[in-house]
Amino acid sequence: MQQINVKKLSVSYYGKQVISNVSFSFESGKLIGIIGPNGAGKSTMMKAMLGLIPRDSGEVMIEDQPLQTIQKKIAYVPQRSNIDWDFPIIVKDTVLLGTFPKLGLFRRPKKHDRNWAMECLKKVGMEKYAKNQIGELSGGQQQRVFLARALAQKAEYFFLDEPFVGIDVASEEVIIRILKDLRNEGKTVFVVHHDLSKVKSYFDDLVLINKEIISSGPVEYVFKPKLMQKAYNYSLNMMESVGGEV
Amino acid sequence: MEFIQDMMNYEFLQKALITSIVVGIICGVIGSFIVLRGMALMGDAVSHAVLPGVAISYMLGINYFYGAVLTGILSAIGIGIISQNSRVKNDSSIGIVFSAAFAFGIILITLAQSATDLTQILFGNVLSVRSSDMWLTIIVGVVVLLSVLLFYKEFLVSSFDETMAAAYGLKVRMIHYAIMVLLTLVTVASLQTVGVILVISMLITPAATAYLLTNRMSVMIFMAAFFGALSAIIGLYFSFTYNLPSGPVIALATTAMFLVAFLFSPKQGVLLRTLRINKRKDIFTDPV
Repeated sequence: MQQINVKKLSVSYYGKQVISNVSFSFESGKLIGIIGPNGAGKSTMMKAMLGLIPRDSGEVMIEDQPLQTIQKKIAYVPQRSNIDWDFPIIVKDTVLLGTFPKLGLFRRPKKHDRNWAMECLKKVGMEKYAKNQIGELSGGQQQRVFLARALAQKAEYFFLDEPFVGIDVASEEVIIRILKDLRNEGKTVFVVHHDLSKVKSYFDDLVLINKEIISSGPVEYVFKPKLMQKAYNYSLNMMESVGGEV
Repeated sequence: MEFIQDMMNYEFLQKALITSIVVGIICGVIGSFIVLRGMALMGDAVSHAVLPGVAISYMLGINYFYGAVLTGILSAIGIGIISQNSRVKNDSSIGIVFSAAFAFGIILITLAQSATDLTQILFGNVLSVRSSDMWLTIIVGVVVLLSVLLFYKEFLVSSFDETMAAAYGLKVRMIHYAIMVLLTLVTVASLQTVGVILVISMLITPAATAYLLTNRMSVMIFMAAFFGALSAIIGLYFSFTYNLPSGPVIALATTAMFLVAFLFSPKQGVLLRTLRINKRKDIFTDPV
């Protein structure tokens, strides 16, 4: 059964369409990569799916419901560059933010929420840094803390915008291992990604876009030279890197 | 000492003291959010935009509070409308709206022919606080502190990571406007103490000082409230003893505290950081 359905999604900025008519559908319980060249609208599409930016048209149905009705089941991890790392907040309190959606208005996090946040922090191997201000961490460590915050949300659907950009190898390994664990537990994980070398080992399914949808489906089906060429506009470099892989 | 004795004797001085302390606290609290959300210019805008409201209230013979809150909120909405519906960036739309509102306010006040009131509104006169002003300030104080207490979680998460908050369904637009409304209330409550022009110093400087001294938002809010109240008391003292306008004195008091934190803050202080770097250099250049 296809539980995630995106239909005819279009977004424009100041009258110029940046993604147009994007449709795809997936089963839940998959690790899905959103790939495409720079400026293809990958992050924009993710944000539009989540209703974070206004869209011209289109609908996103999850479990046969509009996405807005199941927002508490969604965890979103923004690009690292969108965060003010000087913000006065320490690591364990950052993870604790993940417990807020289910607390709702007027209820404060209790002891068991704090314990749960610490548990999530341990899963990403960052418990030693619990009391550090978030700006004191390296890029990879920051990304792990944000993943811990997403874990604390106990979500069903995870959306990560470029989680692997500018981080160390160890952090990348921790993050992909946890994302695969989530998938194995039946959660659905969407990842905006641009490093093509790891695509085959990381993802089950792919959405390949360049302003419009080029292809979507299982990795074996989408990650082929012909489709990749089409997405990357026959760029010679790209052909070589994909050609070597496929 | 003489000041404390006078404090015991004169009721107007007690009112002024209570009002300044409340203003200092709520400015510090709301100012913390303004600083963290990068809305310092917005604070400046709203404080200027209350002026036409004050003038209109004066003409209609009603309490200045109502008109000021109205034009303050209208201008916040106006800024939002311009920056969301055109390519004009947020800071530019703030500049457009607040200068227009301020200009309009000055013309209205001139037409109403109340020149003495104008200087008071612009620069504050804490010694002229009436009972009704004091109670108004206290009510605003309770509203502001209660809102922050009740919605602390939401204010925190939306200030730190608005997109993540929006993704889980938090109404971040509404929180933005709620903070704008609180900001307007605080600004209006501060009119008597610091005046329109210098409200911004009460909002921004104590919060920025606290920002340099801690890594936790809750601590920052408490420290900012403390610095705000302290500078308000200093302002009152100088205003009473040396017959100076309270607004500028308060503004300079907040600046002095900021400078101390800027230079000596254990983690962020410029002086200590330079010393630390020099020490490290010494280690490297030490001949072994």
